Amino acid sequence: MEYRLVGTAVPRKEAGRKVSGTAEYVDDVRLPEMLHGVTVRSTIPRGHIRKISFDGAIPWHEFVIVDARDIPGKNVVSLIYDDQPYLAAERVNHPQEPILLLAHADKHLLERARQNVHIEYEPLPAVFHLEEALAAETVIWGEDNVFKRYTIEKGEVDAMWSEAAFIVEGEYSTGAQEQLYIEPNGMIATFGAEGVTIRGSMQCPFYVQKALMALFGLPAEKVRVIQQETGGAFGGKEEYPSMLAGHAALLALKSGKPVKMVYDREEDMAATTKRHPSKTRHRTAVTSDGRLLAMEVEFSIDGGAYATLSGVVLSRGTIHSCGPYRCDNVRVRSVAVATNAPPHGAFRGFGAPQSLFALERHMDKIARTVGLEPDEFRARNLLRTGDSTATGQVIKDPIDLVRLQSRALDSIGYHEKRRRFPVENARSRRKKGIGFATFFHGAGFTGSGERFLQSVVTLEARAANRVRVLTSMTEMGQGTNTVLAQIAGEALGLCYEQVEVTNPDTAEVPNSGPTVASRTAMVVGKLVENAAREMKAKLPSHDFAALGPLRVTVQYKEPPGIFWDDALYRGEAYGAFSYATYAAEVTVDTLTGEVEVNDFVALQEVGRVLHPVLATGQIEGGVAQGIGMALYEKVVWRDGVMVNNQMTNYVMPTSADIPNIRVYFEEIPYEHGAMGAKGIGELPMDGPVPAVLNAIENAIGIDFDHAPVLPEDVLAKLAKRRVA
Amino acid sequence: MPKRTVSLVVNGRPQHVETHPMSRLLDVLREDLSLTGTKEGCGEGECGACSVLLNGQLVNSCLVPVGQAEGARICTIEGVGQHGLHPVQAAFISEGGAQCGICTPGMIMATIDLLARYPEPALEQIREGLAGNLCRCTGYMRIFSAVQKAAQAGP
Ligand code: FES
Ligand code: FES
Repeated sequence: MEYRLVGTAVPRKEAGRKVSGTAEYVDDVRLPEMLHGVTVRSTIPRGHIRKISFDGAIPWHEFVIVDARDIPGKNVVSLIYDDQPYLAAERVNHPQEPILLLAHADKHLLERARQNVHIEYEPLPAVFHLEEALAAETVIWGEDNVFKRYTIEKGEVDAMWSEAAFIVEGEYSTGAQEQLYIEPNGMIATFGAEGVTIRGSMQCPFYVQKALMALFGLPAEKVRVIQQETGGAFGGKEEYPSMLAGHAALLALKSGKPVKMVYDREEDMAATTKRHPSKTRHRTAVTSDGRLLAMEVEFSIDGGAYATLSGVVLSRGTIHSCGPYRCDNVRVRSVAVATNAPPHGAFRGFGAPQSLFALERHMDKIARTVGLEPDEFRARNLLRTGDSTATGQVIKDPIDLVRLQSRALDSIGYHEKRRRFPVENARSRRKKGIGFATFFHGAGFTGSGERFLQSVVTLEARAANRVRVLTSMTEMGQGTNTVLAQIAGEALGLCYEQVEVTNPDTAEVPNSGPTVASRTAMVVGKLVENAAREMKAKLPSHDFAALGPLRVTVQYKEPPGIFWDDALYRGEAYGAFSYATYAAEVTVDTLTGEVEVNDFVALQEVGRVLHPVLATGQIEGGVAQGIGMALYEKVVWRDGVMVNNQMTNYVMPTSADIPNIRVYFEEIPYEHGAMGAKGIGELPMDGPVPAVLNAIENAIGIDFDHAPVLPEDVLAKLAKRRVA
Repeated sequence: MPKRTVSLVVNGRPQHVETHPMSRLLDVLREDLSLTGTKEGCGEGECGACSVLLNGQLVNSCLVPVGQAEGARICTIEGVGQHGLHPVQAAFISEGGAQCGICTPGMIMATIDLLARYPEPALEQIREGLAGNLCRCTGYMRIFSAVQKAAQAGP
């Protein structure tokens, strides 16, 4: 099918504002009489609050002070379980837990005041590690520290061990990772007769609305949430904004004035969510000719002090843990546990980068054990059309993953380099290596999630043949405004400039679900396409003005033939998977331990590419975050506190660290995605970490089973090998 | 510390600001002069979101006490492309160099500085030249293309 707009590189809708500095982010907004707000947080990981005192020469009477007693509704950040309070009343469960809120017009005085609130505690024993939490000798949440468990069972795993030619075991782990959007979290709240109004940096305006309805006991029409331009999010502004918006609103209610709360970098890094640390154990039965007989996986993640989204993150990590491989006998057991750290949360990939890292490291290990090349071993096991995934989802797309994988490897010269590098490495302290990962990522909500969301979008025809797209999908850099306009314009036969995408404001847009899970283009875009086709049928002449204003609203309907069993975790986990092979070439300096990525190929099949420049940019950005997770970004914990909560000591890749990232697409249009599109946003996060670590192993013959790998880790392993 | 009047020329216009000399140039720009195009990403000189030109030199405005900028010429993103899009801005649009946009004003200032020093920069010079400006969205590749395209367009 030929398209006019879709597949072309139209200019990003809001690019003009962004390059001129006029885009309005929350910290750029100033309202009359506005106060600033700060949070007084716990300083211990777990305990009872005994006494709060206000010391020093601070004019406390000038301050608005809010504590848990000021909450008019429910003191819980309403999400999945109602376990997390907005403000701790009596008990704290992590070392950044909010206890008090302060507001004042003078930011500097406010900071002094915050430091002059003293809280005395009676400490309780705390838990900081996954194993400790699982052992449950100290119980800090529920009956056994367990937020959620899942089991996937397919075939007869137990019967296979005796038939296996090889049984390969491995244990892999990943640390926390900070989203590190360059704009920290921020919100402004006002309170008036019309209710509460929130403006801020966020992914999901309707999550914030729902949370504030419970906090204040207000109906939906009294809670208005408006998204400001959002300076990056990556999952880090999925659930946390509900907390911050609530805090700003509590101060606004008590002061009667607008209140702005914008975190500084240190507070944002220490107190807000990060990627869940994980541990994965694999035990795999393989035939003598390198076919997967049985896969047994145990996957666990550390959720921090409250449940938040951990169960959902666990779900995605669990479903992705066996990757795009064919195996008739599978058992996955997974668990998310509580520790006394700030809650971990959504971060691009949502559990899948952790479990796919483990799998793709393990696949290299199996290949080595079996005596096959890593690509040959994978090729013997990759899913083909008609095969089924771990949950029994039958792959219907006409995919050819073996060809996809070999195309990516050819692009980077994989085989030639596997032969050449060992020869060259023998003469140099700088050792080169090459590695790759083949993986998939499911787009949209898991299982029956999209059916429950019941997403709605509206199209509105206006004068002068202009159309407005109304959805709750937020623009946070990924290109929502642009691709939704392309889709609507394409289907209506209008030009790109005639389509306007409305800024999410709960008073104006319908609830199209949250901007998460790589669902915007694929799922919500499809609704926009459907609405546009319906509108076009009503307006054959395109003379909108003559017909007066026209609105078309459509709601999500599940595509036919989708079956998901939530109890057994079986069936169609996702509407569609995107597939990829990523390959990395690295140099390891055996003197300094430094690892440099010299070349990177990212080849993926993502359905129709709606916008080549934006899509390429999404992949490149994800790969860079993945390289960060592989080689640079290490959260250092001390008793539940992130101690390197600054950009100086938590290091993300700079322009000098990133290799040439070469992005290639294959396009197999997906019939239920907008114009054939599948999800793309999270996919690039899954591949870089295993690809880079596999390349390191190829370079120096040492396998690293934990990410990130820092120079000191390389040096330590090299030293250990010398001793041995 | 007492306030005093600090005089600066910002984007070609003389400005007199009543402030503490230790106030950060960043805050004076954003709060006293309402020039909010300059962003704060870290407040510790690491991210470059607050980059401006001070007497033609690229600086992190979060690290400059305004007292030190007395009499200086400051150029912020608001001073770029006052008469239509600057070629660097146009290149950031066409090449996809801006995603969320929060690093973009600083990145554009750094690019203008880079192109003033190297009108035809090699890729390595771009990589090194922009290494003080962090971008979490793009992975930098589209930004490199934007810089190259702007270089071709000339000043
Ligand atoms: S805000 Fe100045 S360098 Fe980050
Ligand atoms: S575009 Fe978002 S940080 Fe650079």
